[in-house]
Amino acid sequence: MTILRTLEGITTGKLLRNGLSLDDNRNGILARSAETGHYNGIKTLEFKDSDPIGYERIFSKVRAGLVNSREVAKKIAASPIVEQEGELCFTLYNVAGDCVATSTGIIIHVGTMGAAIKYMIQNNWETNPGINDGDMFTNNDCQTGNVHPCDIATIVPIFFEGYLQAWVGGVTHVIDTGAVGPGSMSNGQIQRFGDGLQITCRKTGVNDTPLRDWLHESQRNVRTVKYWILDEKTRIAGTHMIREMVQECIADEGVDAWEKFALEVIEDGRRGLVSRIKAMTIPGKIKTVAFVDVPYTHEDVNVPSPFAKIDTIMHAPCEITIKPNATWRLDFEGCSRWGWHTYNANPTAFTSGIWVMMTQGIVPTERINDGARYATEFRLPKGTWTNPDDRRTAHADAWHFLVSSWSSLWRGLSRAYFGRGYLEEVNAGNSNPCNWLQGGGINQDGEIHAVNSFETAACGTGACAMKDGLNNAAAIWNPEGDMGDIEIWELAEPLLYMGRMQKTNSGGYGKYRGGNGFETLRMVWGSCDWTMFFMGNGYMNSDWGLMGGYPSATGYRFEAHNTGLLGPDGRIAQGKSIPLGEDLNPDDREWEKHLGPDAVVKRDKQCITTEAIFENGDLYLNYLRGGPGFGDPLDRLHTGAQSIEEDLNENYVLPEYAKKIYGVVYTQDEEGTYTVDSAKTAVSQAKMKEDRKARSVPVREWMETERAKILDLDASPQVKQMFASSFALSEPFLNDFKTFWDLPNDWNLLESSLGIPMFGATQTMDISEMPDCKPVIMTEE
Amino acid sequence: MSTYTKKEVGQLVDGTLVWETVHQMLSMPKDEDRYKLYMEVLQDAVSYDDKILLAVGPHLNVVESATDGEIIYKCDCGHDFGDYRNNWKLGANIYVRDTPEKMDQVYPRLMSPDTTWQVYREYSCPTCGTMLDIEAPTPWYPCMHDFQPDLKTFFEWVGLPAPAKI
Repeated sequence: MTILRTLEGITTGKLLRNGLSLDDNRNGILARSAETGHYNGIKTLEFKDSDPIGYERIFSKVRAGLVNSREVAKKIAASPIVEQEGELCFTLYNVAGDCVATSTGIIIHVGTMGAAIKYMIQNNWETNPGINDGDMFTNNDCQTGNVHPCDIATIVPIFFEGYLQAWVGGVTHVIDTGAVGPGSMSNGQIQRFGDGLQITCRKTGVNDTPLRDWLHESQRNVRTVKYWILDEKTRIAGTHMIREMVQECIADEGVDAWEKFALEVIEDGRRGLVSRIKAMTIPGKIKTVAFVDVPYTHEDVNVPSPFAKIDTIMHAPCEITIKPNATWRLDFEGCSRWGWHTYNANPTAFTSGIWVMMTQGIVPTERINDGARYATEFRLPKGTWTNPDDRRTAHADAWHFLVSSWSSLWRGLSRAYFGRGYLEEVNAGNSNPCNWLQGGGINQDGEIHAVNSFETAACGTGACAMKDGLNNAAAIWNPEGDMGDIEIWELAEPLLYMGRMQKTNSGGYGKYRGGNGFETLRMVWGSCDWTMFFMGNGYMNSDWGLMGGYPSATGYRFEAHNTGLLGPDGRIAQGKSIPLGEDLNPDDREWEKHLGPDAVVKRDKQCITTEAIFENGDLYLNYLRGGPGFGDPLDRLHTGAQSIEEDLNENYVLPEYAKKIYGVVYTQDEEGTYTVDSAKTAVSQAKMKEDRKARSVPVREWMETERAKILDLDASPQVKQMFASSFALSEPFLNDFKTFWDLPNDWNLLESSLGIPMFGATQTMDISEMPDCKPVIMTEE
Repeated sequence: MSTYTKKEVGQLVDGTLVWETVHQMLSMPKDEDRYKLYMEVLQDAVSYDDKILLAVGPHLNVVESATDGEIIYKCDCGHDFGDYRNNWKLGANIYVRDTPEKMDQVYPRLMSPDTTWQVYREYSCPTCGTMLDIEAPTPWYPCMHDFQPDLKTFFEWVGLPAPAKI
């Protein structure tokens, strides 16, 4: 108590030159921003206008320093996730925790680390534990703004001449955080308490030295210790390089110039987004929606609590309102409730991630900072999966829901780009990046290990309005998409590559097709006590296709045990055929023909599983999805570049589906080369259009039959659970539903009528109810 | 500020524009007269006299009717989908892939959705059979009203006179 009283007696207001406490200083900025609509009330960019060279000089130094530090620091890491895939990011903040500039990389953390800084400010870290030159703070708490526990942030205050002038944060995606399930984005656990080590803005270093208690405690709480240690060294090295750079910059440019810049640059960023919205979009309302299947009743999903054994669907409707003043509002009214799984998200993760996507479209600039957030209104209703109202929620694979909901935004905004003629910006959507190959045990070096294959950073992209999507190229969540080198993955994982191929027929069809994903077939090798599991969508697809294009293919699972491949009598030793990683049409079950007679194969739609035992010689398919298509497939060129003929000859599409979808008529020569008969194809396509007319019905006629199904409650349990969950949280969504289907005024669907467990539906406890806890809230709820 | 010719915008629409120019379009600030040139290109490509105001798909536009000035959705074939403030899909034809057999026509069984979770709704023009949009929602989901443009403000943004009946 003596210590506590002493700390409480510390006077605030000594950190800043203006004499304000950090909290008072931030509250002033928020008030002036809200009052004027300009960040910190800055109506004219005085510094930029009066000394543009000086302003740009500071920005250039800062930006270059951030990028350079990231490139240097990532070489320290041993984890392929960081070193190969670039899953790290460094960001500079002003004293209020608002982002000034960021490096390249996983820039979702512009927001998440900013939220952690704001949490420290709002909860008076200034007096306890204190903020001093040389301190390091570590955060990965999902209820303090983090996406998922595996993104570990090291945050360092930057002092100059005794006063706080900035913060720098560095984040890496670590391979494992000691969750119930091995791997960085695992499932199996259903609550925070199984989600792995979570650190809440803890002071973990003083005088530029990590504290020994922190090192011992953190290292023994994760599986992959050497990667953990080197990841932390990466973050510390990068943040310290940036701190030095900023201090040199302030010394060169002057404190007054720096302090002015650190505020004005954010208003500049706000204006940048407004300018782009006005230049590229169309005012009005755009509506989108996305779904994700959560198939937890399956026998291969083992969770600790019986109330989690239900099938549910994530529902993410969004209304984007582009206003006459070229700001915008994103309202997620109608989202479904959070759930007992690891795919929940918090508001900061949700909104920050949107900027990752936006930097690949509407704001493709190095000037991304918190200004864009100040030009955007977000509404994330409390109690939904985007804003849980219970402190027990798990978040290890928040990306599973996040990327699906963001992909639909991309599709929605593309309607505006298309309307203005900016066809080059149109993107029909993007893959939900699943599958995530994860697992752990004892690896080929005899060490406790966990894996999360980031091959998934190179999925198929959505089609554009003037070209096909890219094959196995990118991921919505990491603009620097890369599948990584096979040789590196084989060093990091006890899994040999039997093959790595483009995934035929995985992109959505259209005038322009979605990019195909790819598939790798892995054989367990050299491990001991090894488990793996699947993390993807299979029963549903998150994408829709755009303006007549088809959604991409959904996922499926392939795993094989007791394969008969290894050993002196195995197929490899005997020189017999073996599966080599090309599963052209999965319905044909080609790989099963190359396995031993006692092989046990699971080939189905269950793309979410929990840990299963894999022996050496067992097989695992890592299938990374394709992107959705654009435009009527019957408009696709018959021959030439980006044509049906090219699709056939490059194995982009299965011939059977080229006939069914494109109506193509072709010949094939002895060498297997396809030649499309354009005249016959045109005739075939004309007939297909007539067939479309014949088999379809007027929408209003179909609505009568669908309405009858609703009144009869004729739908699967998971569909009904999704609607009931959204109805309970959103009266507007329920009313819109009833209006559209012309249902009686008193119609409703209650979750309690479905006969399934509904833990968390009525009684919750929010993080804000914790003692002495002031959560950072930056969105409408 | 970049500028492009009507021919280049036409090639963009046709998908024949050289990549170097496309890349320039992507990386440089947007050209302000794109909308105007785009409308000219689209107008040249249709056989009807109604003035195109907004493209909402490769074959579907918001137009100002040449006969009465009403603002409507119109297919390239001339099919009238009604007032632009309403959801054009309600005037379309629909084919719903809601059984495994119907999905088999689109993807291999293991690469298509389970129809107890998700269906495909294919919206086509009742007159010409062009596929105008495909939704992939759960059963029961209302037809999505994708886009409700504020055309009055839009014409202010692009600095052009707005049609009378907006």
